[in-house]
Amino acid sequence: MELRLKNVSHAYGGTEVLRDITLTIPEGKIVCIIGPSGCGKSTLLRMMGGLEQPDAGDILQVGAPPEGCLNPLTYVFQDFALLPWRSVEGNIALALEDHRLGRGRIREIVADVLARTGLADFAGALPRQLSGGMKQRVAIARALAVNPAVMLLDEPLSALDAQTRELLMDDLIGLWTRAPFTAVYVTHNLAEAVRLGHAIVVLSRRPGAIREMIEIDAPLEARDMSDPVLAAKQQQLWHLMRDEARAADAELANV
Amino acid sequence: MSEIRPVPFRGGGFRPQVRRWVGLIVFVLLIAIAEWGTRTGWISNLTLPRPSDVLATFGELWQSGLLFKHLSPSLSRLAVGAVLGVSVGVSVGVLIGLFSYVRAGLVPVVAALFPIPKIALLPLFVIWFGIDEGSKYALIAFGTFTPTVVATYGAVDNVDRTLIRMGQSFGLTWWSIVRKIVLPGAMPGILSGLRISLAIAIILLVAAEMLGAEYGIGAYILEAGSLYDLERLFAGVVILSALGVIVSSAITMIEKRLLRWRG
Repeated sequence: MELRLKNVSHAYGGTEVLRDITLTIPEGKIVCIIGPSGCGKSTLLRMMGGLEQPDAGDILQVGAPPEGCLNPLTYVFQDFALLPWRSVEGNIALALEDHRLGRGRIREIVADVLARTGLADFAGALPRQLSGGMKQRVAIARALAVNPAVMLLDEPLSALDAQTRELLMDDLIGLWTRAPFTAVYVTHNLAEAVRLGHAIVVLSRRPGAIREMIEIDAPLEARDMSDPVLAAKQQQLWHLMRDEARAADAELANV
Repeated sequence: MSEIRPVPFRGGGFRPQVRRWVGLIVFVLLIAIAEWGTRTGWISNLTLPRPSDVLATFGELWQSGLLFKHLSPSLSRLAVGAVLGVSVGVSVGVLIGLFSYVRAGLVPVVAALFPIPKIALLPLFVIWFGIDEGSKYALIAFGTFTPTVVATYGAVDNVDRTLIRMGQSFGLTWWSIVRKIVLPGAMPGILSGLRISLAIAIILLVAAEMLGAEYGIGAYILEAGSLYDLERLFAGVVILSALGVIVSSAITMIEKRLLRWRG
């Protein structure tokens, strides 16, 4: 399934946050959206998943979701959004319980995603017992459990420390390599975008508009940050963003 | 050579810690002072009864079987009234938390009802619900209802919105979101509201029984007071305090069970 945005614009009150965004998320690819803080990238992601409505423009799903897909557009949140009163298993089951799958089937799916994310030993743990990285793995497992057509990741690694971030990036690359999924990955971290994106969309500061779209052809699993090509891409992105980021930083918040 | 000394410690404090026996020691100490004071005569018998006499009165009460004659109607009134008030209160509070129209309509009503001393309405309740048990149930139910409503909708308002957003993003049904996210998330607030509501229920129980009951702790205390029988008066008060402690520790137990996830 493909996701298409056509001339999407949005304003909060009198403040224009997004201007005329036209974008296609191709099937089986990871599209990263980067931009300075407050450029509306999270708003854009919420619109893609139907959690918010744009003032103008259309957001379209093209094609049918894959077989056995329970929730075509599935989020992974920055702050994990795990229920503190449910165990790891229970948190994943939550996403499945409304689909009349039967207990046995739910248990099967939960066991499968726990194994894929390396959480099999933590099935009974409560969120407060887990580190930040583990919590985000649970959230990723929960997203995988519903077999999404498009994964919408909202700065999923921003709340984690640098080492954990590296480990989780490796995990995400491993998951994608074994079974390619379609994803939109919002971040403000250039290194993450260069590591994980097949395409990188650079948004300008508020009102967010597409400034540039960069494609990276190197396969995800072969990307090495010491590669001069990737380093050059990251430099290029930083040049694109630097002035925007500086200007955004100096702006007074009025929302 | 400069002077070498350790960095002085200035953290610490401002953190409540468990001190197990202190509460009991304070109790025992206060009672011991009262006993010693009344025995030596430095506290006259008219001011305060001797604790040992109160205990003896309590023993008589127990042996004559009168204790249960007074206690059982009181407990059943408390149970019926509080269960009624709390369950209606929690339901209305959840509805206020979930629906804007209900909130707009009922929050002012609750705010208007809350400050009314419910005891003042007892004559009215007697007319509405009859002189016997009905009016007592109603008084306790009404008195526990308002604080429960306020605590409940506050607790629902405080449920983490990102969790609700998450539920919606996974396509959970409205009822699933309420049952699996809103209610468990509001539980800590509801339980701490319950603590206050049930203490109020005990106060109202006594008030209701003072105004027309043959048996009941309130009636017992009223009778003792009008005869100026301080020993019996205090025996009644001790029963009430014990009831308060039991109710409070019961809620602590429920909290430990239901809120184990908070750690």
